[in-house]
Amino acid sequence: MSEVKKIATRASYGNALVELGKKHADMVVLDADLAAATQTGIFKKEFPERHIDCGIAECNMAGVAAGIATTGKVPFFSTFAMFASGRAFEQVRNSIAYPQLNVKIGATHGGISVGEDGASHQCCEDFALMRVIPGMVVACPSDDIEAKALVEAAYEHKGPVYMRFGRAAVPVINDNPDYKFELGKGIVLREGKDLTIIANGLCVAASLDAAAKLAEEGIDAKVINIHTIKPLDEELVIASAKETGKVVTVEEHSIIGGLGGAVCEVLSENCPVPVKRIGVRDVFGESGPAGALLKKYQLDADGIYAQIKEFLA
Amino acid sequence: MDNIELQKIANEVRKSIVTAVHAAASGHPGGSLSSADLYTYLYFEELNIDPKDPKKPDRDRFVLSKGHTAPGYYSVLAERGFFPKEDLTTLRHLGSYLQGHPDMKHIPGVDMSSGSLGQGISAAAGMALSAKLYGDDYRVYTLLGDGEIQEGQVWEAAMFAGFRKLDNFVVIVDNNNLQIDGPIDQVNSPYPIDKKFEAFNFHVINVADGNDFDQLRAAFQEARNTKGMPTAIIMKTVKGKGVSFMENQVGWHGKAPNDEQYQQAMAELEKAGEALCQK
Repeated sequence: MSEVKKIATRASYGNALVELGKKHADMVVLDADLAAATQTGIFKKEFPERHIDCGIAECNMAGVAAGIATTGKVPFFSTFAMFASGRAFEQVRNSIAYPQLNVKIGATHGGISVGEDGASHQCCEDFALMRVIPGMVVACPSDDIEAKALVEAAYEHKGPVYMRFGRAAVPVINDNPDYKFELGKGIVLREGKDLTIIANGLCVAASLDAAAKLAEEGIDAKVINIHTIKPLDEELVIASAKETGKVVTVEEHSIIGGLGGAVCEVLSENCPVPVKRIGVRDVFGESGPAGALLKKYQLDADGIYAQIKEFLA
Repeated sequence: MDNIELQKIANEVRKSIVTAVHAAASGHPGGSLSSADLYTYLYFEELNIDPKDPKKPDRDRFVLSKGHTAPGYYSVLAERGFFPKEDLTTLRHLGSYLQGHPDMKHIPGVDMSSGSLGQGISAAAGMALSAKLYGDDYRVYTLLGDGEIQEGQVWEAAMFAGFRKLDNFVVIVDNNNLQIDGPIDQVNSPYPIDKKFEAFNFHVINVADGNDFDQLRAAFQEARNTKGMPTAIIMKTVKGKGVSFMENQVGWHGKAPNDEQYQQAMAELEKAGEALCQK
């Protein structure tokens, strides 16, 4: 078996910022004492004058980003998902989203794959928190290629965008010439007629592996990568539900309010079909290596496979 | 502009505040009236702005961090010509662009949406930082309530502005000493306010009477001459200033006058205006 290239999407974020920074002088990057972890340090090295470390003060950082955006510049504000969407929630809502300011939120360390830091830092609520804010775009890329494409698209988009990146290295799955990223457009990675698996983030690669395993037993799963949770590609979700009659959502997030919630909202109004939400089941995470945690919380290929089998039984 | 002219304008602003809040049947007259002279000074003396071109890139910025005193803000913007004075009576009405708290998307002259306390100062600091980063020479002003500075974010922003030496940045604290639940030093005292800002590396100017134009003028000139650090102007004011029964009354923080009270307030202000014309 050939070696699969792996890279953490937070590194992709840092690298993408540098590329954007070369093209756009109006780009400013803010961080809250986490430049080494969020990887905005890569940008800082290249453009020290446009990297603003706000210290450990995320609420102020959100407001500073808003103020910079009013002057026509494009701030990317970066910290862990927990603090960007949780601690600074109200600043994101009132200072950034309400005035529709052009602020990009680069939230790294989403989900339980944060690992050893444990539950206090494992944000499994950010999709829900950000999705409920009017006008906020919410996205979570599946690999390095998609993460870079997302950062570029976020810059081009006028208005606030929440981007969730991961700490753990994940396999590169989108390195094919036909790959095309568009905010709000899902990508069909595998056709199938028996059920539709809708996933994002690092769960996309795991879902593809689970689908391969199901295929060995003659179960034909369609797999969709929904990198943008909001606006959701409703057309694709509804069409796939109609086509396959059953839907499974997979995300490194609470089963409440995230991708699973968004898909259920759309389907219950447009095409009610049985849905299984795979994710973190309304519990806090814990310390441990990322791989072991994903296995324990059944978000690895085996866990996803097992839960789908149970759903189909 | 001489002080008499400024006082006349401030008196018109006060009439607009009372009229708008009465028409809205809700809103915040107390803190609007305490800051009426400050608003007047900023918009008629201090700020580089153009009502005909509210978004001109090199304008000075103002962020009303204590967003609930929007009636005062809107009244001075209307007085300065950003939008028609008649519109002030639509304040807080369904369909009006004059939202209960400042809305930059719809109100000419408003540089930042605000209202959730503690947030405006951060946005204002961001504007000042942007000017420094990109070599623009506009200045940024923000007005905070003295109760508002109980919010922790205010001090995050103060630390940031002080550390970044944003000398194009002026924080004004309206120290009328009253918040909704009572005197600020009985609710959760932020005193000493001046020493706190000093400790955060601000140049601090105490203004004994923030309803006096000579003192305001001196303070803002000193702020302009301050280099290498941001300025905090702590101005003592009278909440409800200009309307006898509202002055220093905590109950008038967020309450509209009834018809009778409205008539009385307007009569007092008319009289004050006539007295100014005699001078």
